[in-house]
Amino acid sequence: MSDEPILQVIEVTKTFGGILALNRVSFDVAEGEILGIIGPNGSGKTTVVNCITGFIRMSSGKVIFQGKDISGKPPHKIADRGLTRTFQIMRPYYSLAAYKNLVIPLFSPRAKRTGGWRGGGKLGDRDTVGIDILEEIGFERDSYVPYKLASTLPTGYLKRLELARCLALKPEVIICDEIFSGLSMSEIASMVPLIERLQMDGITLVMIEHRLRELFRVANRVMVLNFGEKIAEGSPDEVMASEKVKEAYFGSEDVEEVMNHA
Amino acid sequence: MNMEQRRKERLDRGIKVRTDSIYALMSVRELAYLTLPRFVLIVGMLVLPLAMPGMYWQRVVSIVCIYAILALSFDFLAHFVGLVSLGGAFFIGVGGYITAILNTSFGMPPLLSVPIAAVAGGLICTVLLLPCLPLRGVYFAIVTLMYPLAMGRIIEALDILGGTDGIMGLESFPNRWVEQYLVIVMVLVFLFGLRRLVNQDIGLVFRAVKDNDQAVKASGMSITFYKAIAVFIASGMGCLGGACLVHIYMWSGISLFALDFSILPIAATVIGGAGTLVGPVLGCFILVPISELLRAFGTLRIVFYSLILVGFIVVRSEGIMVYGQRKYHQFQRWVKV
Repeated sequence: MSDEPILQVIEVTKTFGGILALNRVSFDVAEGEILGIIGPNGSGKTTVVNCITGFIRMSSGKVIFQGKDISGKPPHKIADRGLTRTFQIMRPYYSLAAYKNLVIPLFSPRAKRTGGWRGGGKLGDRDTVGIDILEEIGFERDSYVPYKLASTLPTGYLKRLELARCLALKPEVIICDEIFSGLSMSEIASMVPLIERLQMDGITLVMIEHRLRELFRVANRVMVLNFGEKIAEGSPDEVMASEKVKEAYFGSEDVEEVMNHA
Repeated sequence: MNMEQRRKERLDRGIKVRTDSIYALMSVRELAYLTLPRFVLIVGMLVLPLAMPGMYWQRVVSIVCIYAILALSFDFLAHFVGLVSLGGAFFIGVGGYITAILNTSFGMPPLLSVPIAAVAGGLICTVLLLPCLPLRGVYFAIVTLMYPLAMGRIIEALDILGGTDGIMGLESFPNRWVEQYLVIVMVLVFLFGLRRLVNQDIGLVFRAVKDNDQAVKASGMSITFYKAIAVFIASGMGCLGGACLVHIYMWSGISLFALDFSILPIAATVIGGAGTLVGPVLGCFILVPISELLRAFGTLRIVFYSLILVGFIVVRSEGIMVYGQRKYHQFQRWVKV
């Protein structure tokens, strides 16, 4: 059972008009691993995520999640099965307080079914659970931060809020779309252990990243996209040693040098 | 030498703890501060018909209340679910015709046919609006505007449901006090009910759909389902208003699909303060009587009406209640810089 990958992406192709955004991209994600997806700008990383999670319809191909075909299903059905995602451009509910943001995923059918979160009630049990999750993800419980409007929170907290929204669903897989981008070095430094802990909790992670050094600290395996095609896959060292990757991703520069700047 | 500068300082009154939903009241004064506006509103609404000079103005109060229900439903849909609906006239018409048919063809008393019309009308409106739910903003508005126009034309062209004559001979409410207080109590119930609803968990989902529907999808919830529930609530309210209106006039006709019912609630919402729920009610209590008073000007009525609207928007574009609530909840004082 554990040999079978939790998520299989089979020959996914996406065209926007005449532009081939994804060309027969296939990869597997094993249960419990962290897979990194990297690639230059416009290489189709976010498009892959959108296709897998149903936010855009793929032109052809198949996505198998936990042995079931989920291609062509609407996004809420896919999330309901436990395949969740964060957004690159954060999508909090700006008019609600941070902890109230989590009431929405906690109200979902999946959270009611799987979470064991006792929901509803006049005393606002979902509020309490929301604050618990926020604390887990790095909001200080006794500060004012969890009670602030999402519109007043800085980027670092909004990125965490994105993760918290996924966690509220008790997910099997979280696809993180550039969770490190726009964060300061210290914010990233505090985010990395969080990612590691999620893995220890048994959650499978797919991480799309530009911050390679931090990604390589946590990722078990890395896949490289360029112009909508998979050009390499393997351990971080293997991938970075590949000539194709050097050429496509870094031009002809020395990878070591770029890595040092990253 | 006296160059000291002063600036206005605004402070929130300290009765809220951390969030908007938890109050800490330390004295009777603070309790009164919180409950007095609500008390004034409720008592004011209840004594209003008694204070009116005659039958005509009592009737105006009833009409105001029906507009207020429509405005509440518009404000709820537009500012808590993100669906700008111009279908107010459609809701009124559907509710009105259903109760008219139930009353004249099946002999149901108004107190039975009105609630049935509200629920059945809400269902019908929701099913008919289902195809437009993926639309957002102005596109949803335009499509919903089409419904009342189309219904009026269909009834006229096919000569169904009484055609241009409408359905006549409806029963009125048992007596005029029932008629009067039914609509007033309905406004109060919907006002406080909706305000409670939007702070419940399901209400938060509605507000989330408005804020960011993609994130709601990513949370594993069908936005179409929640939009449909919200449309059912709003259109049910509209149909209820329409049903009462028909029994007040004792007549149901295609003028129920007149665009007044779509446009006036929006104007009232703009004047009263969008997203406050009580604002639109207040807006109706200002606009409808003004429009009645302006009847003296004959055909120039609409000109003066427009001028008053423009005046409100220039002077208080944020809406009376948004302004009022801010002033009420904050201290203001001059401090030295």
